[in-house]
Amino acid sequence: MESFSLILAIVVVTALAFDFTNGFHDTANAMATTISTGALKPKVAVAMSAVLNLVGAFLSVEVANTISKGLVDETGIRPEVIFAALVGAILWNLLTWLVGLPSSSSHALMGGLIGATVASAGFGAVHNGVLVTKVLLPAVAAPIVAGLAALFATRLSYTVGKKAEGKAAEKGYRAGQIASAGLVSLAHGTNDAQKTMGIITLALVAGGSIAPDSDPPTWVILSAGLAIALGTYIGGWRIIRTMGKGLTELAPQQGFAAQTSAATAILASSHLGFSLSTTHVVSGSVMGAGLGRKGGVVRWSTATRMIVAWALTLPAAALVGALAEKVTGLGDWGTAVVAVFLVSSSAAIWKLSRREVVNHSNVNDAEEPAGVVTTAIAAVTPPPASVPVTEDLSATVPAPTTAESAPAAPPAAV
Amino acid sequence: MKIDWAALGSVFGVSLVVTVALVGVFTLGVVGLSLRERATARGGSAALAATGAYVCFAACAAAVAYGIHLIVA
Repeated sequence: MESFSLILAIVVVTALAFDFTNGFHDTANAMATTISTGALKPKVAVAMSAVLNLVGAFLSVEVANTISKGLVDETGIRPEVIFAALVGAILWNLLTWLVGLPSSSSHALMGGLIGATVASAGFGAVHNGVLVTKVLLPAVAAPIVAGLAALFATRLSYTVGKKAEGKAAEKGYRAGQIASAGLVSLAHGTNDAQKTMGIITLALVAGGSIAPDSDPPTWVILSAGLAIALGTYIGGWRIIRTMGKGLTELAPQQGFAAQTSAATAILASSHLGFSLSTTHVVSGSVMGAGLGRKGGVVRWSTATRMIVAWALTLPAAALVGALAEKVTGLGDWGTAVVAVFLVSSSAAIWKLSRREVVNHSNVNDAEEPAGVVTTAIAAVTPPPASVPVTEDLSATVPAPTTAESAPAAPPAAV
Repeated sequence: MKIDWAALGSVFGVSLVVTVALVGVFTLGVVGLSLRERATARGGSAALAATGAYVCFAACAAAVAYGIHLIVA
């Protein structure tokens, strides 16, 4: 890591920031159902997921080695292009988090990469066939595969488990849910932390810092693992709420079926070479489990919003990535402008999110996240309206004296 | 552009079969435990149900171990 230029350092930091948003965004995949069914306390769930993500990051470098190869031509990629791609991916991740919709971080990253590459090297540099087979088809297949599996599993579980009730059954489903959620977390760590490792490695190769075709250096593996674990621990509570409560109402049995189906589909797909996005798999399995119970309902309005977000992910991230690439192409000051834009828009999104805080304490409250505005108003108005009233009531006795002395004071002072 | 239908099909088949089988076996285990709980509450014992339950859970544990093996490999 000699010859470590400033732009390379910026890319590495941005990649780690993306990794953080990735963990943050995807905590829901592993833990939403575990939290909503009450199998684990929210804080415990995200802590467990974070640890397993960190462990997962160290298990293999297979994915890291494939992310950089295949989708776009490596030759002629400048670090600025990767930086632009990451900007697109991070902004899309933050935006979908703000509205509480689960969307694939991998799609955001690929979209950013594609947009930035097209802006930099033209449409010829993107492999269209790879785009369809690796991105579009899996996005459609994933929720169907996992959804159907979860649906049948839930049916079976309700049929076979008719006689299962009481403490023992409760404990059993709880343990099963925790185990399968743990497996999803572990698989997520191996998959998604490695995407960042792949990106950083790609940037290091592009910047001429390490030889092409090298494995990710240890510091890359360590920092990527830590970034994703930290993001996971902080937890994207908004998305957890949508996934755990917004899509459908899950009983422990259904949560277990959903999570088992998700873990199986993720492992089967990555092992059989047909990679599916964790987000799509889990969303599908949650809906399937919801439909599997007699009388179970899926809130299609939430599902529709989610699917719209999926469809937009790639083009939106690509657009931002392309614009960012164009601006960085203007020179070093252009890169600086993009960096400032990234930081300020992230800060703006964070500020917006504070209007209606969702955290571990209220993650299971709302059934359906009403529009941001409605909930914000509902959350903000009652306290200021009620607090002064009670104060006035309790303060009525001493009030006359203070009320009289207060207006009297200014003239005395004059 | 070549779509790998075979890979997609096998992912679909494996996910479906393994998920349903795992959930089914696990549910049987839970039923076994629940039977034993009721039996003990009545003062009896249900050794068969309990043994069956543990066999089911062992099968699930083996599946999880295989899953971890797949992640590591």
